[in-house]
Amino acid sequence: MNDVSVRARPARRTRAEAQDPAFSTPPAVRRKRTWRERAKRDRVLLLMAIPGLVLLLAFHYVPLLGNLIAFQEYLPFVPLGHSPWVGFDNFAVIFNGDPAFLNALRNTLEITLVQVVLVFPAPILMALLLNSLLSERLKQIVQSILYLPHFLSWVIVVAVFQQMLGGSGLLNNALRAGDHGTVNILGDPHNFIAVITSQVIWKDTGWATILFLAVLSQIDASLYEAASMDGASRWSQIWHVTLPGMRGIIILLLILRLGDSLSVGFEQIILQQGAFGRDASEVLDTYVYNNGVLGGQWGVAAAVGLVKGIVGVLLVFGANKVAHVFGEAGVYQKQ
Amino acid sequence: MTTTHGNIEAPRKAPVPSAPARKKRRRRLDAPSMPIRLVKGLVLLIICAVVIVPFIGIASTSIADPKEVTRAGGFVLWPHGINFSSYESLFAGGVVTQALLVSIGITALGTLVSLTGSTLLAYSLSRPGSFAHQPILIMVLLTLLFAPGLIPNYLAVKEYGLLDSFASLILPTAINAFNVIVLRAFFMGIPRELVDSARIDGAGDFGIFWRLVLPLSKAVLAVIGLFYAVGYWNSFFSALLYINDTGKWPLQLVLRTYVINNSQLGGAQLGATADQLPPQASIQMAILVISIVPILIVYPFLQRHFAKGVLTGAVKG
Repeated sequence: MNDVSVRARPARRTRAEAQDPAFSTPPAVRRKRTWRERAKRDRVLLLMAIPGLVLLLAFHYVPLLGNLIAFQEYLPFVPLGHSPWVGFDNFAVIFNGDPAFLNALRNTLEITLVQVVLVFPAPILMALLLNSLLSERLKQIVQSILYLPHFLSWVIVVAVFQQMLGGSGLLNNALRAGDHGTVNILGDPHNFIAVITSQVIWKDTGWATILFLAVLSQIDASLYEAASMDGASRWSQIWHVTLPGMRGIIILLLILRLGDSLSVGFEQIILQQGAFGRDASEVLDTYVYNNGVLGGQWGVAAAVGLVKGIVGVLLVFGANKVAHVFGEAGVYQKQ
Repeated sequence: MTTTHGNIEAPRKAPVPSAPARKKRRRRLDAPSMPIRLVKGLVLLIICAVVIVPFIGIASTSIADPKEVTRAGGFVLWPHGINFSSYESLFAGGVVTQALLVSIGITALGTLVSLTGSTLLAYSLSRPGSFAHQPILIMVLLTLLFAPGLIPNYLAVKEYGLLDSFASLILPTAINAFNVIVLRAFFMGIPRELVDSARIDGAGDFGIFWRLVLPLSKAVLAVIGLFYAVGYWNSFFSALLYINDTGKWPLQLVLRTYVINNSQLGGAQLGATADQLPPQASIQMAILVISIVPILIVYPFLQRHFAKGVLTGAVKG
């Protein structure tokens, strides 16, 4: 793939030629295209990139620099960059183990753990079930139903759960009608993790099956035939053919999930903090929001956010490395 | 921010199953026994019911007879009488009408901005070897790896003077690198010969883009456009963060306040003059229905093309 043929100018060399000494042309010819000339040639393309790049710069790269306020005492009415520098003072909550911060960290890790164990395998099982259906039509109908919740916002999902399990929801109405008293599900801090985990399962399991189904359909049919001829039952075919075939994608997605260990459904949780209380529901992201945007402790919140971001990137790299050690492709590969 | 980028490079092999191969395997497998098929059917039925029933209940409550809603304690699974008074009160010109207009405006304008910016950027990246191709591509890809974080984002928007403006709901999330990569992959797949012949006919870079590439890309543009549109329609956090003025609230914030937090939604908020308002529960469910229906309308299209789009990006990205 190179752009040369686009131009249809025989004088220019393709990349393959450039690397091949047999094609090497005299330096005089090669120097014909300086970067200036290339920039001039591609000026229209460059112009087209500008709007998107400006947006990325303004709302991605400039804010990245804004992380510097983690090292400052942020004063709201002083222009950015003129606040006094305070070194690592803002990081004290992390190093000294501020109880509220530790609570947020503990909740985050607990939620991640529960969700890796319960949420992660759900779409794999669902994909195996769908894949085992003989009727394509039935499969498509089920898929259309299961994909739907993915496209709804968290606000809607939380509202839907309230209507089902909340005080005046379907479940409690039924209990009342049968004189069984009511159960307080959405409001008991002990249920918090269970509730948000079921919401994630409800919303995204169907959608997450897509990738697994795609991989399942790629498994060589002759492997099943061979297994079947060797007398493998349907269950042992799943164990010895299907699951090994899915190993790559499972490990890849697990890496991505682990890299995201410190982020657990910010929108979903902030929506329900009122109901469950902050003790049970405070996670790192809500800690940053509550202390920074609402509490005005900008420096501390930014410091926590920064550490969280850095650890997150390290986790992705680390998980990727582990995957390489076990001979898997991972998210990216060394060339 | 959350939905797609888990899929970036997922399946390395071409994911489109070849129909004959699949059929062949199916035939070889001995059909499962009756009890197993029954259990499977039952499991699927329960799973589908868990997804579908809430929607039926919400729609029913929103159109049920007020007396019935009150008698049922706030939630009706299947209505006996039909009554649209809750919708009438919502469209009477109060907060919900206003929020609906805001959401429609943000979604339309945002999709336009996002699609334009992403398409141009993707096309400019579709020719490896062009000037500054590598640095620009890296700049786009890095945004998938590092997010600036909530506080720096907020402060940037504040410094730009965009707090409480509709622009704050659009610009910060306007370019999604994942979508740019999907578009780029599509543009790179356009046959070289077509582009060559257009160039020989004297078309410049922009002419080729406008008259050749765009018309060929209608389907993928529609898919990515819908991707963005659903994102804007559903976006809640940007508004929570950047918008204080309740008059500029999009629908999702109104939903949170009046449905999840259960704030009283009276005549003052609804702008209705009726002496007797429909039950709170009906009004709440009607707001939910209003926010779900647009998604349902585009859903058949989404479902058909999204899966394909996600996988295309995954393979070629």
